[in-house]
Amino acid sequence: MGTDPGEQAGSPSVQGDRVPLARLFGVFLMIGATSFGGGVVAYLRSSLVTRQRWLDDEEFLTALEISQALPGLNATNMSIIVGDRLRGVIGAAVAFAGMTLPGASLVFALGVLYAANRHDPTVNAALIGVGAAAVGLLVSVTLQLGRKQLGHALDIAIVVVVVALISVFHVSLVVVLVTVTPVAIYLYRPRALVPAPAVPSGLDKKPAD
Amino acid sequence: MHDSIRIFSVFALLSVLAIGGGTAVLPEMKHLTIDTYHWLDDDQFRDIYGLGQLAPGPNLLMVVVIGYHVAGSAGALLAFVGFFLPASVIALTASRVWNRFAGSPWRLSVQRALGPISIGLMIAGIVSVARTAISGVPTALLAVAVFAVLSLFRRLNPAWMILAAGLVGAAAFR
Repeated sequence: MGTDPGEQAGSPSVQGDRVPLARLFGVFLMIGATSFGGGVVAYLRSSLVTRQRWLDDEEFLTALEISQALPGLNATNMSIIVGDRLRGVIGAAVAFAGMTLPGASLVFALGVLYAANRHDPTVNAALIGVGAAAVGLLVSVTLQLGRKQLGHALDIAIVVVVVALISVFHVSLVVVLVTVTPVAIYLYRPRALVPAPAVPSGLDKKPAD
Repeated sequence: MHDSIRIFSVFALLSVLAIGGGTAVLPEMKHLTIDTYHWLDDDQFRDIYGLGQLAPGPNLLMVVVIGYHVAGSAGALLAFVGFFLPASVIALTASRVWNRFAGSPWRLSVQRALGPISIGLMIAGIVSVARTAISGVPTALLAVAVFAVLSLFRRLNPAWMILAAGLVGAAAFR
């Protein structure tokens, strides 16, 4: 990419010297292998910002905002954006591979085992337990996110409309996205912008570069 | 249409619809894989989703298992490529374009609008998982227990709760 991420003197982020591809791969491989339970963002932050110092906090938040606004999984989008930033397209591919390799191979192995033991009552019973736990975990993650992002009655109204359309009326996701998104953007258009909720994670600040 | 093309296109479609993360596309994924193409039944979907919880990294890597279930190893690969290639290309190009709008007020509008939409989609995703995963009082109690423990112990790694629930299930739900 054109601009150099760390311009001030003594900046912790990479200056001039490029991150070796092997190291980029290794760091994302570690994140991909150790991030359990869907909390990938926390792992990304502690690794990329605190330990490697490839990004500062603000750059991290900007990358996170972009990955959330774009389609695809946040974790893989982050690997692509950060990889691209550090080493261009090859860096993006390398970081993505590291991020997904451990989980994809393990889940593939589990899938093969599952196919062979699908009718085993103990396997079924264990997966029923895991499924129930996943619901509890998802509620807890969503509640934390919601508490940060929903600060205005309009936010809540949009949430309710989206849930009703999909869960109650079974409207297809494509239709929901192409109808609700433009309306929501219009409601939040620059001149009508309601005050941002308390912790919009740096949304109101100007991004680093 | 041949199954392999179908696997690829179903997961490619799902990936570009995944605004705000993978949970958002669970209702649509269930609908396509269970009702439209009859690749899985409700219980298999729940089981495979559970497998995704047991592996590190993004939970939705479990699309690989759906692909494997439909068409073996080739199906697994197609599901993976379908689910990640289009969305990754979009992420790569769009993030570069997005950076050019750094100071634009519309960029903030888009972000503010997508916030509640993605929360709404996540809740719809939870409803969809819960419809198959919560089948009675015991599973409901287990979900509530996991939620309560995670709310009380914020620093606890959720992986332990997932494993514990698997053990509880194996012992109690047989």
